[in-house]
Amino acid sequence: MKIDPIHQFNIEPLFTIGHIGNQTIAFTNSSLYMLVAVAIISLLMLASGSQLVPGRLQSVAEISYEFVASTIRSTAGAEGMKFFPLIFSLFMFICVSNLVGIIPYTFTVSSHIIVTVGLALLVFFTVLIYGVAKNGLKFFSIFVPHGVPGYILPLVMFIEVLSFFLRPVSHSIRLFANMLAGHIALKVFAGFVAMLGFSLGAIGWVGGVLPLALTIALYALEILVAFLQAYVFAILTCIYLNDAIHPGH
Amino acid sequence: MAESHGGAKGQPANAHTEADGGHHSGGFPPFESSTFASQLVSLAIFFVVLYVIVSKLALPKVGGAIEARQNKIEGDLAEAQKLKDQSDAALKAYEGELASARSRAQAIGNESREKANAQAEAERKALEQQLANKLAEAEKTIASTRTTAMSNVRGIAADAAGTIVQQLTGVVPDAVSVNAAVDASLKG
Repeated sequence: MKIDPIHQFNIEPLFTIGHIGNQTIAFTNSSLYMLVAVAIISLLMLASGSQLVPGRLQSVAEISYEFVASTIRSTAGAEGMKFFPLIFSLFMFICVSNLVGIIPYTFTVSSHIIVTVGLALLVFFTVLIYGVAKNGLKFFSIFVPHGVPGYILPLVMFIEVLSFFLRPVSHSIRLFANMLAGHIALKVFAGFVAMLGFSLGAIGWVGGVLPLALTIALYALEILVAFLQAYVFAILTCIYLNDAIHPGH
Repeated sequence: MAESHGGAKGQPANAHTEADGGHHSGGFPPFESSTFASQLVSLAIFFVVLYVIVSKLALPKVGGAIEARQNKIEGDLAEAQKLKDQSDAALKAYEGELASARSRAQAIGNESREKANAQAEAERKALEQQLANKLAEAEKTIASTRTTAMSNVRGIAADAAGTIVQQLTGVVPDAVSVNAAVDASLKG
């Protein structure tokens, strides 16, 4: 019995869709789980009925709606509601795919950095393009904080510009690293139980209780992290969009 | 690059059988750049699909349901408020009616009491007048009776005096002097 905590992140092509240049574009297990996430969200939101007194499924759909809506209102104001579909899609996509990915033998879409980079760049360019289109050059006033003495302003501006362009990096790596590390840790501890048992026999199985307890605790933590990282991603998106909507602040 | 990722049919078997060999030579799957294009394309497709579903169908539907409920609740509350106002108004009208009826009853009571009092007073006065009349009449009768009796007393006294004088002296006195003597003693 050998612990291989990396195997769960393998991308396995299921069938080929086509070619771009000399790159083969395949429908992979990752694509399958994206499809699963989209299907679950669609089912939840569309098949849950719209009764006056909501059932369980409809309550979940409405709580998600209200949750994301209130997050946007509190961070980006009422004007931020024009990005409601985007933020709702981001939050639900990440949250559902993370929660699906925590089921054993499944694949976690956001444990691949290219996916989180794709989502973070989507947010980054949305902020940039909307900010410039709405405010023109005034948008770049977010790099010039108020009340900073003149002699230190160039340094502050340099830091502000740098941090602005580093946003997609931190935005994507936070989600990716959390999911990756969590799943590796789970796999290591869970594998440890089996390894002890198979190599030491009865004593090993008894000794495996400790890593098993740790695995269970980690599993609960990972469920929290799966939701929390989706929330963090969504709220950071709101905060970045707030810069584009109200660059004066 | 094409050979590292191409041949989608053969690749999975290879990946399953020897997990550490084959195309894992690059090491860590998340940093395997040959899979980036596939993932980005599927992410783009599925995220766009999700965005369209969410913005065109899901959010209007759920938002509509929430709004419909909100409207229903507000409508019901407004209806309840209206009914409450109506019942308040009815209560106020009832209380006003009750108060006016009570004051009217009191007025009627006062009026009839006064009327009865006045009537009783008038009857009492009439009775007193009547009694006073009767009293005056009775006094008059008493007075006349007394004068008559007094005149009778004088006659009796004169007779008695005449008889006494006759018994004492054996002489019958003349009536004039007897009367004069009786009158003198009556006055005295």
